Parts: sequence; structure tokens; C-alpha cells
Amino acid sequence: MDERGQQTGMGNGINPRLDSFGDVDGQPLRQGHPNYPKAMRVQALLVATPILIGALVAEYLTPFPNFVIAGPIALILAGLVIFLPHRRYAARGYALSEDRLRVVRGIMFHTDTVVPFGRVQHIDVDRGPIERYYGLATLQLYTAGSHGDVVTLSGLSHEDALAMRETIRAHIKRESL
Amino acid sequence: MTENPGNAPLRQPEPAAGDPVAMAEADDALPKRTDPRTFVVQALQVVPRSILPLVAVGIAMRSDGVFGPLMIFGIVVAILAINMLFTFLRWWRQTYRVGESDIRLETGVLSRAARSVPYDRIQDVSLEQGFIPRLFGLTEVKFETGAGGSDEIKLAYLSNEEGARLRELVREMRDELDSPATSAPAQAAEEAIAAREEEAVPVLFAMGPKRLFVFGLFEFSLALVAFLGAAAQQFDFLLPFDIWDVKTWQGLLAGPGEQIAHLGLLGQVIGAVAAVVSLLVVGMLSGIVRTFMRDWDFRLERTSKGFRRRRGMFTRTDVVMPVHRVQAVQIATGVVRHRFGWKSLKLVSLAQDSGDSSHVVAPFAKAEELTPILKVSGFPLPPRGLEWHRTAASFRVVSALFAVVGYAALAVGAAVLALYLQDQRYSWLWVAALVLAGLSAFAAIRQLFLWRLERHALSPSHIYKRTGWLAPGYKIGDRVKLQSVTIARGPLGRLFGYVTLHLGLAGGHFAMGGLPRAEAEQLREALLASMVRTDFSRLVK
Repeated sequence: MDERGQQTGMGNGINPRLDSFGDVDGQPLRQGHPNYPKAMRVQALLVATPILIGALVAEYLTPFPNFVIAGPIALILAGLVIFLPHRRYAARGYALSEDRLRVVRGIMFHTDTVVPFGRVQHIDVDRGPIERYYGLATLQLYTAGSHGDVVTLSGLSHEDALAMRETIRAHIKRESL
Repeated sequence: MTENPGNAPLRQPEPAAGDPVAMAEADDALPKRTDPRTFVVQALQVVPRSILPLVAVGIAMRSDGVFGPLMIFGIVVAILAINMLFTFLRWWRQTYRVGESDIRLETGVLSRAARSVPYDRIQDVSLEQGFIPRLFGLTEVKFETGAGGSDEIKLAYLSNEEGARLRELVREMRDELDSPATSAPAQAAEEAIAAREEEAVPVLFAMGPKRLFVFGLFEFSLALVAFLGAAAQQFDFLLPFDIWDVKTWQGLLAGPGEQIAHLGLLGQVIGAVAAVVSLLVVGMLSGIVRTFMRDWDFRLERTSKGFRRRRGMFTRTDVVMPVHRVQAVQIATGVVRHRFGWKSLKLVSLAQDSGDSSHVVAPFAKAEELTPILKVSGFPLPPRGLEWHRTAASFRVVSALFAVVGYAALAVGAAVLALYLQDQRYSWLWVAALVLAGLSAFAAIRQLFLWRLERHALSPSHIYKRTGWLAPGYKIGDRVKLQSVTIARGPLGRLFGYVTLHLGLAGGHFAMGGLPRAEAEQLREALLASMVRTDFSRLVK
């Protein structure tokens, strides 16, 4: 993980590998905070632990030879905890331009959403306990649309999220006057 | 009036005593209850709902000799009384207040809920008259906020006059909030225009009984047949014999049935034809009856406030849809009615229709009847000379392969099962296998036609999508009235190079599947360019 962490160690660095869907008005995609994969790893660990315990219990209760059940499950979970957070991190990015926000995410199911600031109804900055520990925040933009009515951007540093909120709010205020 | 509203003295509506409208205006600041007749209406509506439990009680006690009919009668009365009591309490504990900036509604017998809806969030006020309330001259007032479903505020029931007055009041309040600068004379002039328009508003679309009859024929529905079947299954214990037992039927038909059996093949064919014909007649009749009840005296008018739609025989609804709140339109048809040139037109709107997110403004019309409605709504038919694009061929090939392989696998499964069972009783499995094989071929042909027919185009102001093969339709969106644009790609799209373009639409969904990536990006660029030019606050006014 550290090798990749070095690569993006600058924080909110530009991600050259990511741009799968072309630029929107020439804005390169930016990556989340370097702490973001760590937070995702902790979250993955929280999900994986009870599953592993369940597998071990099943192992204990059934007469199969040792580690027939828990072995493969532990391997899969280890993969999810160790490798997946970085892959997911690398697949995510955002671009804030003058009048719109672009959010890109997903490995298998890739989505690339653009919201003009003029369509934002209200803005949330959320912080869960893990995000708080790592100094991260999630920005949520609500639109009136039924599909994709909430655009979620996770893995920002708290200051960045607040600054982006202010930018977007200032834009909305200016437009609706 | 924020705490313990139930104990505060409430003004009862005072009949007579001066001008009732002026009285009502003065009362607006105070919390009011709904019309007292509400209690009667709701109590009457409780009775049919109580019948099933009552029947259940009656049947449960049928065999119990200990309980006489008097006892059963007592229980019936008790159940009804409890229902009445709760209905009364609910009515007693529900108050509403028309404030300066919002409407407040307080409800709940034990747990109280207070809800406030600011005027500038109310998209529209619709009136709905059920059959029983209509007899009493009452109406249900709904304040549509665009939230949809259970989040909407309903006032059941107010007198017709109070409902109409409230609707006007809310609209005035909202307009005032929207344009505080409007001077009084200008407003008076506007009102005069509105009053004149009220007398002679252009009717955009109306359906007479003849049209309804034709419409009803196409609304063929076997729902009634299914319902009767289900009811027979549910209540078969009430019947004097077991209808699911073949022997019973053989016994019953011993006389005439024997004769039919002796008629041989011809008789059986005639019997089958008669059964099918009677099924068709029942289906058509139920379609016609349903259509008449729902769409009786259908009228769509263009008023100063927007589209006004009135319809219904027993439950009459009156909905106004402001034109600028129309987000997209949808023209649809059916496989059979398309052959006769009948189409339907729906508006996707911020405000929600009861139970449906879109407003049907012309359920059964010819193309030339739709054109003026489309023009008024600001969603014209595609102009000539637009560049229409197909979906990616790879998308159609993948879709066809999946459908063909899926149905073929099911067909083979059915055939293998039939071979394995080797039983005369399961010979229908062969039929199923054949049908599935047919569906498999049909799916391939369908994708071929969809590839040829499904297209989209971008005009300077609108986006058009043509859908369907046997029942072709259109979806038209306004390039400015979109909320967000998403390009999505699943694993298959990644392999074969196509994406889906989702357009965020208030009150609806507009997606275009199977686009080549480069084209989706171009479309997104063009749409975003027209979206950022206008702010949302200018869209809803």
C-alpha cells in the first residue's frame, strides 16, 4: 500500500491513470485524500470480521477437514481488505470546475456523473466516526432529479469538503439572485 | 398553537351569520377542523371495510350453538362502534391552519404530528372527489410538493367551496411570494383576465362516450376474471359444493354433460370456442366499465394557470398542472391500438398524480389531436431534418444473445424434463418447450428491429428518444430541464464498448442505453452546455 501511497502522497493529486471518460471542459480528475484508502480498509475490516467469525463457527460445527470452509473465505476476505481499497481508490476521482462537479467511481460498474451547480438543491457534508478519525468528509449534492438525485463524493479532506461546499453555495446564491 | 392543540378552544364553523366567504377568510389564521360531515363520510366508508371481519366473525361462530344470533349482533355493533369512535377521534384531533407563509396540519389521536408546508414548496393543489364524499358535496384537497407518496399533505374532507377557495388562496400566496413587486392594479388586471378566461377556456382534448367505448374495447382486461377465480378460491367454503372437485362437476353435468360428451370432437371444439368467446366478452366488458368509470367526461383545458384535467364518473378528479412544471413528455401506445393509430400522452411533472408519477393528459387520442397539446406544453414533435442516431450494434447483439440463450436454455430444460418424466400427464411440457423456443427466436428478431427503430436525436432545445418496435413511442425531454447527467457502464458494456446515459429528471427517469462511448460523451457535453445556462430557480417559476 505504501508504494501507491507514495505515488499519491501529495494529497488530492491529479490521477493520470483514471481518465477513462475524457475530460469535461479540460479539467483533469483529482483523487481523494491519501487517507481515503485507509478509511475504506477499516470499513472493509469491520464488514469482514463478523463474516470470518461466522465462517470459523461453521468450520467448528461441521465435520469437514480443517479450513475447508474458513480457508477460502479468509483468502477472499483478505483480498477484499488488503487489495480492494486501493483499487477502488484508484478508480475514483472528481473534478470541480467553474459551474459543475464531476464524480467518477466504480471498477466493475463504472459511473461518471456531472451536476451543474445551478441544479443543486442543498448540500450535505457528512462525517462518520472512521472518516472523523482520518480527517475525511463526504460531500453530498442533492438535485431534484429522480435518478441520481443524490451525488455522493467521499474521501475528501474535511477542509476541502467545506471549501467545496462554500464554492458551490456561493455559485447558487449568485445565480438565483 | 404549537403545544397541546387539542385543548385549545377551537372555533366551530358557524353557518349563516353574514357572508360565509368573508367569515372563512377571517378564520384562516386560526386552526380549523375539516368539515364535520367528514366524520359521517369516513364512518360510511368504514362500514364496507368492516364487512369482511364481520363475515369472518359470523363464520367462526356459525357452529357455536352457545352464541345466539343476539350475541353476534352485539359483536357487530361493538366493532362498528369502536370504528366510529376512532373515526370521530381522528377527525376531532385533526386541525389545519392557513398561515402567512405556510399551511400547517396537526394530526394524531395519541401521538401528534405537526407538519408545515411553505407555500413556495407547494407545486399545486388538486381536488379529488370520491363517490360518497361527492354525494355530500365534499372534496379531498391535496397539496402536492413533489415529494410524492405519503409525504403529501391531504385534507379530507372539505366542502367543495372551501376546497376551491383554499386552492385559489394557496396559488395567490405562492404568486405573491414569487413576485412581491407586483402592484395591486396589475394583479387586479391579471385577475380580470383570469376571470374572463374562466368563462371560455380552450378545450385541448375531450372524450365523449363514443370515444370512451372504443377506448374501453382496447382496455381489454382479464383482471375481473382473475378476481372472480381468486374469490371463488377464497370463499369456496361458502358454496354448497366443492368446485375444485372434478367428480362434483361430472355429477352436476351428468344430464347435459353426458350429451356434450357424446357429441364428440365437434362438440368439444364448440365448447372450447364458447369458453374463449365468453372470456373475451367478460374481458372487454370489464375494460369498458373501468374506462367509463375512470375517464368519464374527460376534459383537458388550457387555463391561465396551466393544464386543467377533469375526469371520472364516481370519483371525479380535478387537477391543474402548470405548464412550466412539465419536465418531459411521453407518447405511448399498445401493440393492437397502434394498428388503429391510437396513442396516449403523459406529462412528467414535478407534482405527482395520485399513485402515478406522471399525468395522463390524453389517454386515447389520434396523432393530430396530440400535436396542439404538445405545442402548448412546450415539447413539440421532432422537427424535420434532425440527425437520428441508432444504438450501438454490439449492444443489440449482446442483448439478443442473452435473450436467445436464456429462452433456449429454458426450452431445453423443459424438453429434458419431459423426456425424463415420460408421462402422458406432463406432455404440456413439450408445448412449453416449443413456446420458449419461439420466444427465443422472437427475442432475436425483436433486437434486430429495435436496432433499426430505436433512435435518439438532439434538437437545439429538446432531446428525443424513439422507443419500441410493435408499440413505438416517443420520449421528449427539455435540454434545460435536466438535473444531472451520468454515464454508466457495466461489465458487459466494458467488454463490448457501450454505455448508458442517465439523465436526471425531476419526477421521472430518462435513460438511453447502448450508446457508443464517444457519442455519449458528445451528448453529455451538449446537454451540460444548455443546462448550465439556466439556474434551477428560474426553471420552476
